[in-house]
Amino acid sequence: MIEILTSHAFNTIQDQGRNGARRLGVSPSGAMDPVALEAGNVLLGNESDAAGIEIQTFPFRLRFGADTTFALTGADHDATLAEAAVPSWWCRRARAGDILAISAPKRGARVYVTFGGGVDVPRVLGSRSTHLRAGFGGFEGRALQAGDVVPVGGTQCETAGRFDFGVAPPDVAIAGVGQTDDRALRIRVMRAGEYDLFSEAMQATFWSTRWKISARSDRGGYRLTGDRLTLDTPAEMRSHGVVAGVVQVPPAGEPIIQMSDANTAGGYPKMAAVIQADLWRLGQAAPGSFIAFSEVSYQDAVAAMAPVNDYIAKLRATADLYRAL
Amino acid sequence: MSINQSSAPFVGAIEKSPKISLIGTLAMLVEAPGEFDMVQQGRIWALADALSSWPNVQEAVIGVTNVLLVFEQPPDDIGVLGASIVELWHRLPGRKADGKLIEIPVVYGGEHGFDLPAVATRAGLSERDVIRIHSDGEYTVCAVASSPGFGYLHGLDPRIYMPRKSVPSLNMSAGSVTIGGMQTGVAVLTSPNGWNAIGWAPVASFDPRRTQPSLMLPGDRVKFRIDRIEL
Repeated sequence: MIEILTSHAFNTIQDQGRNGARRLGVSPSGAMDPVALEAGNVLLGNESDAAGIEIQTFPFRLRFGADTTFALTGADHDATLAEAAVPSWWCRRARAGDILAISAPKRGARVYVTFGGGVDVPRVLGSRSTHLRAGFGGFEGRALQAGDVVPVGGTQCETAGRFDFGVAPPDVAIAGVGQTDDRALRIRVMRAGEYDLFSEAMQATFWSTRWKISARSDRGGYRLTGDRLTLDTPAEMRSHGVVAGVVQVPPAGEPIIQMSDANTAGGYPKMAAVIQADLWRLGQAAPGSFIAFSEVSYQDAVAAMAPVNDYIAKLRATADLYRAL
Repeated sequence: MSINQSSAPFVGAIEKSPKISLIGTLAMLVEAPGEFDMVQQGRIWALADALSSWPNVQEAVIGVTNVLLVFEQPPDDIGVLGASIVELWHRLPGRKADGKLIEIPVVYGGEHGFDLPAVATRAGLSERDVIRIHSDGEYTVCAVASSPGFGYLHGLDPRIYMPRKSVPSLNMSAGSVTIGGMQTGVAVLTSPNGWNAIGWAPVASFDPRRTQPSLMLPGDRVKFRIDRIEL
């Protein structure tokens, strides 16, 4: 087990999400940067869908109650274990009593801590992710607080072998990813259902604007500012299911991108949808930063996942090899 | 073949076929043509039931006269898939609202029903008339969405339609009985809410530990019974 020593708002236990319960009105939750969380698990030899801690407010500190392997992935940050520096995208072995301290990232928004054997909270509707709004999943259905004692390492995991190595993060390892121009993160999208309802001028504005992620953005969704996308005739949509990445345009004209904790239903015109291969990058975009949209076809959106899948597959092979050295 | 591209027409753009569009590579929205009615909703239920068991479909998420398919993997051929769904839509008989009957006792008005006076004023009726009309109705669960276990209930008497608020109430209690446009429902979570609260019902709408977590399911019927009136 581990004990949380310092945690500010909104740090939660997340896995790859609670799929299959949207039809009951349950949003999937899950890591905002699923690639970083999976990489953290893979470094330790865990299952890909093991749960870890998603940290989005800093500083964060925890104490290990037993010898435990752990990994740090996600946003580029400084961390110490028993006062010795631990790099980002690195795994280590902690001794009982060691304190892990994580400072605010220099770049990116969310840091993931994973543990050998995963965070051992009960699965609710098939997942260990915290559903904050409804108060179930994760640790007692809520954000972590100082004093919480969280069980880790429930499943069989490797404890022998070497645990002091790291990997290149995906925005470095995958060619062409993480490219920013004009200080805006390029996010690839496909057109969505109501794109054609917008005038050509509005469509052009959508593509050319450097959108700022407003301070009123969180795991539920990113509100964008920078321009307004309006319709000549307001469109009334009936309530329908949506998924993370959908870019909706409310009547006021400022787009909202739905993220992990988003409502399962939407009713605003849908301009576009962020492709799966870029959702994790968006999950690391902090409020106040800028993004710009590029259009891709369905085929290109599907193909864009191949480098991400290859990255994880290579990482697993490399990590397995290193631990055995 | 692709859709959502300017070069390719929407699959199912022919009259009286559903509109099919993608939300990224892992979700496809199927929207029934025409105005809202319960016949189209019944056809959506039947379509969702059938599509749920198709390969690669993680789930079929029912909305108001639409269904969102969520996929395990991006489908190989979106065009063929869309055409198969349209074909199924045309030949599949609709499902009746043949679910269970749920009776919900309501405390109308009072502390939690703070929008009852506004609903009555807009309707040009007394508060008692609004309560009588609301509790006389029999409603159908069209869809469960938005919050865990929240049922969109149809069948509201048009005399007491009430538009959603442009500024949501900040802290509406779980259990609030609400009217939003032509729909009614029972709030599941205490949270900001744009619907109009006319009463309160002590009902366990959702419990993730139950075998069937959601009390309401699409096709169920709901009756509201007057437990108490507080004016």
